Amino acid sequence: MTETRYATSHEWIRIEGSSATVGITSYAAEQLGDVVYVELPDPGRDLVKGKEAAVVESVKAASEIYAPVSGKVTERNEALSEQPALVNEDAAGTGWFFKMTISDPAELADLLDQAAYDALVAEQH
Amino acid sequence: MRYLPLTEPERGEMLAAIGVSSVDALFQDVPKAAWRDEPFDLPPHQGEIEVERALGRLSARNLTAGSVPSFLGAGAYRHHVPASVDSLIQRGEFLTSYTPYQPEVSQGTLQYLFEFQTQVALITGMDVANASMYDGASGTAEAVLMANRITRRKHAVLSGGLHPHYRETVATHARFAGFQVNAAPPDALGDESLAGLIDKDVSAVVVQNPDFFGRVRDYSALAEACHAAGALLVMVVTEVVSLGIVTPPGEMGADIVVCEGQSIGNALNFGGPYLGLFATRDKYVRQMPGRLCGQTLDADGRRGWVLTLSAREQHIRRDKATSNICTNSGLCALAFTIHMSLLGEAGFTRLAELNHAYTVQLANKLGRVPGVAVLNDSFFNEFTLRLPKPAAAIVDALAAQGVLAGVPVSRLYPAEPALADLLLVAATETTTEADIDEFAAKLQEALS
Repeated sequence: MTETRYATSHEWIRIEGSSATVGITSYAAEQLGDVVYVELPDPGRDLVKGKEAAVVESVKAASEIYAPVSGKVTERNEALSEQPALVNEDAAGTGWFFKMTISDPAELADLLDQAAYDALVAEQH
Repeated sequence: MRYLPLTEPERGEMLAAIGVSSVDALFQDVPKAAWRDEPFDLPPHQGEIEVERALGRLSARNLTAGSVPSFLGAGAYRHHVPASVDSLIQRGEFLTSYTPYQPEVSQGTLQYLFEFQTQVALITGMDVANASMYDGASGTAEAVLMANRITRRKHAVLSGGLHPHYRETVATHARFAGFQVNAAPPDALGDESLAGLIDKDVSAVVVQNPDFFGRVRDYSALAEACHAAGALLVMVVTEVVSLGIVTPPGEMGADIVVCEGQSIGNALNFGGPYLGLFATRDKYVRQMPGRLCGQTLDADGRRGWVLTLSAREQHIRRDKATSNICTNSGLCALAFTIHMSLLGEAGFTRLAELNHAYTVQLANKLGRVPGVAVLNDSFFNEFTLRLPKPAAAIVDALAAQGVLAGVPVSRLYPAEPALADLLLVAATETTTEADIDEFAAKLQEALS
C-alpha cells in the first residue's frame, strides 16, 4: 500500500513500506520555470531530514531540494540527466528524483497529507 | 563628470544635517590611546617635475629583467610580447575594466573569452576551460575546493614539486574553508612517491609539471592511482609555454588543470596582475568555479555568445555558489588570446622548442663551471643547480655585476637549510648566447 505525503518545502514522498520515492511537486516545478539540470545524490548517501539532498537548476534560479525524512539513497532517476524537462512535464510521475530507505518512520508524522498540502499551496497563491 | 573634493560649505551642510560638530567628532568612539598625536613625517609637497625626478632616481636603482642578462623564473617568466599585443588590447572595442555583468551586449568581449577558453582547452588537452582566474596560485586553491565538492572529501595531498607559493595559498584556503592539507616535503631530487598517501579520505592530489625544480614528469600512473581511490588529480603548470612541446595534462589523465598564463601576452608586471587558466572534464563542469562563456545562435540563427551555467555563480547561487570568484582576469586573458592567435599552433610549438634549445645550451655551459652540478635529469626551460656554497650570496654578487642569476631556492624555502645551495635558473627565447656566456663566466669568477 502506498501513501504520498508532502514537505512544506514542496517535496513529495511516496511511501512504500520502509522505502520511498521522492520528487518535487508540480506547484514547485511551475514556480521554478523550465528545469535545465538536476543534481542528484549518489546511491548510498545518507540523507538527513530537512538537509540538502539534491539541486534543481532552472532558467531562473538554482534551488536546493531537501530530504523529507532521514534515510539512505538507493536509486536515482538517471533519465533526468538527459531529460531534466521531465520535472516540468510530470513532476509527480516520471520526473521523480530518487528512491530512499526510511530510517525513522516517526519522522513521517511531520509531513503533510494531500489536503493539508493543497491548503498550503492555496494560501501561497 | 565633476570629480572634485567636497567644499567646506558642503561639508558644513552635511555635518549640520546629521547633527555633528566636526568630521573628527565622527571618530570619537575610537579609543584615545589609538589616536596619533604627532603628524606623519612626510616631506613637504612638491611640484610635478620634482616628484618625477625623485621617483625616476628611485626606479633607476632597480635592475630590470629586460635590461640585463636575466635567468629568473620560479613561476614568472620574461618572454617577448609582440608590440601588436599591447596595441590591440588598447582598442576601444576591448578596453573595459571589468568582467561583463550585462554580458550579452558585449559580444566582442564574449567572443574573445570564448576563443580564450578554446585555446586553454586545446593546450591543456581538456574538455572545457573557464574565462580565467586571478592567477595560478589562487586557481590551484579553487581546484582543491572543486575536488572537495566533487568527491565530498576534505583532504588534499600536495606534491613537494608544487611551487611553495601555491602550497601556501592552498594552505590559507584550507585554514578558513576547513579542509586538511598533507604537503609533502620539498622534492629537490624528484624521488617522491605520492601513491602511498592516497586513501579513501583524499579528495585531490596536486602535482606540478614541469615541477618547481624544473623536471618534466609523467603523471599517468599517479592519475590511475588517484582514480582507483576515488580521488582527483590536479595538475599545475606554472610555465604555460611548456605546453607547446610537453605532453598535455589531459593526456596523462588529469581531472583539473590549472596554469599560470602570464608567459603568453603578459609582462612580468612586478608579480601581477597575472592570469589563471582553469580547465576540467565535461562531467565536472557544473562544479567548476569562475565565469564560463558559451556559443549559441540568436533568434535569427546568427552565431552569438553568452555567459552560461551562471547558476553556479555567486550572484545567483549565493552562499552555495561554486566560488566567491565572480570575475576573471579580463585584460590579461585578452592579451593571452591575442598573443596565442598571433603565434598559432605551429608558432606556439616553435616558441617552446626555442625555449628548450636555449635552456639546453645554458645547462651545458653552467654544468661545466667547476663545482656546479645540474640536478635535473629532465627539464623544459628551467632547471636546478647545486652550487658549492649558499646560492643567495652568489645571486647577490652577480646582481651587483649586472646579471640576474636566477632564483635561490632559499628565497622560497627559507626554513630549509638543506636547500640553501640550490639555484633555479631559466632561459627563454629572449636569452642570447652572449647572456649565457656572461653568466657562466661571472658565476665561475664568483665561485673561485
